[in-house]
Amino acid sequence: MASTTGTTGTGTAARTTVRGRLTALGRAEVFLLARNRTAVFVSLLMPAAMVLAMKSALKQSVLDGTGLSVAGAALTGGIGIVLIQAVYMNLVSSYVARREDLVLKRLRTGEVTDPEILVGTALPSVALALAQTVVIVVAGTAFFGLAAPQRPELLLAGLLLGVVLLAALAAATSVVTRTVQTSQLTTLPLFFISMMGSGLFVPLEVMPDPMASVCELLPVTGVMTLVRTGWLGGAGGSDLLVAAVTGLAWTGFAVFAVQRRFRWDPRR
Amino acid sequence: MTSDDIPGNRPDRTVTPVTAASASASRSDAVIEATGVRRRYAGGFEAVAGVSFSVARGELFALLGTNGAGKTSTVELLEGLAVPDGGTVRVLGHDPFRERAAVRPRIGVMLQEGGFPSELTVTETVRMWAGCTSGARPTGEALELVGLSHRGRVRVKQLSGGERRRLDLAMALLGRPEMLFLDEPTTGLDAEGRRDTWELVRELRDGGTTVLLTTHYLEEAETLADRLAIMHRGRIVTAGTTAEVTAARPSRIRFELPEGVPAARLPLGLRAAADGQRIEIRTHRLQESLDELLTWARESDVRLLGLDARSASLEEAFLDIAQSASESEKVAA
Repeated sequence: MASTTGTTGTGTAARTTVRGRLTALGRAEVFLLARNRTAVFVSLLMPAAMVLAMKSALKQSVLDGTGLSVAGAALTGGIGIVLIQAVYMNLVSSYVARREDLVLKRLRTGEVTDPEILVGTALPSVALALAQTVVIVVAGTAFFGLAAPQRPELLLAGLLLGVVLLAALAAATSVVTRTVQTSQLTTLPLFFISMMGSGLFVPLEVMPDPMASVCELLPVTGVMTLVRTGWLGGAGGSDLLVAAVTGLAWTGFAVFAVQRRFRWDPRR
Repeated sequence: MTSDDIPGNRPDRTVTPVTAASASASRSDAVIEATGVRRRYAGGFEAVAGVSFSVARGELFALLGTNGAGKTSTVELLEGLAVPDGGTVRVLGHDPFRERAAVRPRIGVMLQEGGFPSELTVTETVRMWAGCTSGARPTGEALELVGLSHRGRVRVKQLSGGERRRLDLAMALLGRPEMLFLDEPTTGLDAEGRRDTWELVRELRDGGTTVLLTTHYLEEAETLADRLAIMHRGRIVTAGTTAEVTAARPSRIRFELPEGVPAARLPLGLRAAADGQRIEIRTHRLQESLDELLTWARESDVRLLGLDARSASLEEAFLDIAQSASESEKVAA
């Protein structure tokens, strides 16, 4: 058997770094994601199917006067669907699975900090979502006649805000989710609200005014406004400000909720 | 590990003299110091009700207790997983919760119930943990330590309960910790696995690692621990070396009287408890009591069936404490 002796203590041993710890966690999560066929299937195919469905369902006449084309509405909506599917829905089940398998509890005994555990677990899902977004943008400009992103910095800001917001909302949703199976239920409210109210399926521009103003305050609407404007142009300064502020406010709220209420142990 | 490695009676396994053991736990030298520690759960239940003890560098300290005695609740406070509701804990000179960044790289933890992703292989799991551990051993070495080298490519979900326990131990040992927390490390292991783990823990101790072990196997504490404490309902009821803990406890004589010989005929000097023909005598003077009993038996021509006499063991002490503590609570209530 191997020797148990040798250097006891860490005076000289190399300390781990944040980057090293996140890499280790992230790599393990990549293996886990790759071995979860259902999650990969849903993450990859659902957005494509939804974009195609939207494209055939939306009529140009509906969008008249909004400045949006059918392809523009469908593909930017597709980015929103990617964020919800790959980041939010995937992560709720990841967080719940790790909690129920006592993995979170075990990780908390080590050097990795609480935020690092949540971020490390999220890394592969976030990477998958960003990669799919790149595919959507490339496909949009190459095959669907859309222009290259008008304001890339806005698109990027919207994506980053979306990733952080939806990861935080996923962690918050895991609190009320007992099992991986029930995560299919607990993720539905945000999914539907965002589909209908945040401009993923129905652009806010076609809604009557009072309804649109309410919908502007929904969690994902701000992110969608930034993403859509970043790619297609359009919205002006004050709209963007409202979008950024609501997005940041929801993110702050979600992070606060996670700090206060996140469960690291299974319920007993 | 093979059974050949298991030594018989090593000279260094003899019980340390009482004074030396106590002196070695002096404050300056203590790796763990718990003072008046309390922990209350949401429902108001006080799982840890004022616990104080210290563990000296290089010492193997065992925390014993019935289920629900508060062992794990106590250990979790020392591991820095929760903040005590009262009292203070210091590990390696630091507050394990607030100064976790200073403490964690120097300790290794094996939870009573901890998990690893079931879809990862054993090797992948060790690599993940190594990436989060300062000065980690090579993966192969860690698996060899616990005898899992041949299981590296197996998914965690396919491991047996005992193998999972050993994987958990490998993680706890990965960073060559100065201080090792083992919460029921051999639960679910077969006899051989248990012996292998004991041998490994002993080697670590001999190499200078300080160990805090909880267990409900009394034999485990008796074999491994330099000092131990017995917890009951959130409190430490008794503490010391095995010899110290058992010294105050009565020895026990058991036998069965033949039909027709009533227990009342036993000599009055013996404090006997009778259950039909079955007799149990508790005594602090085993030799004298035995002498009295055997003399009486010879003179009365009575055959004592299944005669069994034993000095106080940790088990005796443990049962005695658990029982008397419950009784005194009944009286108080």
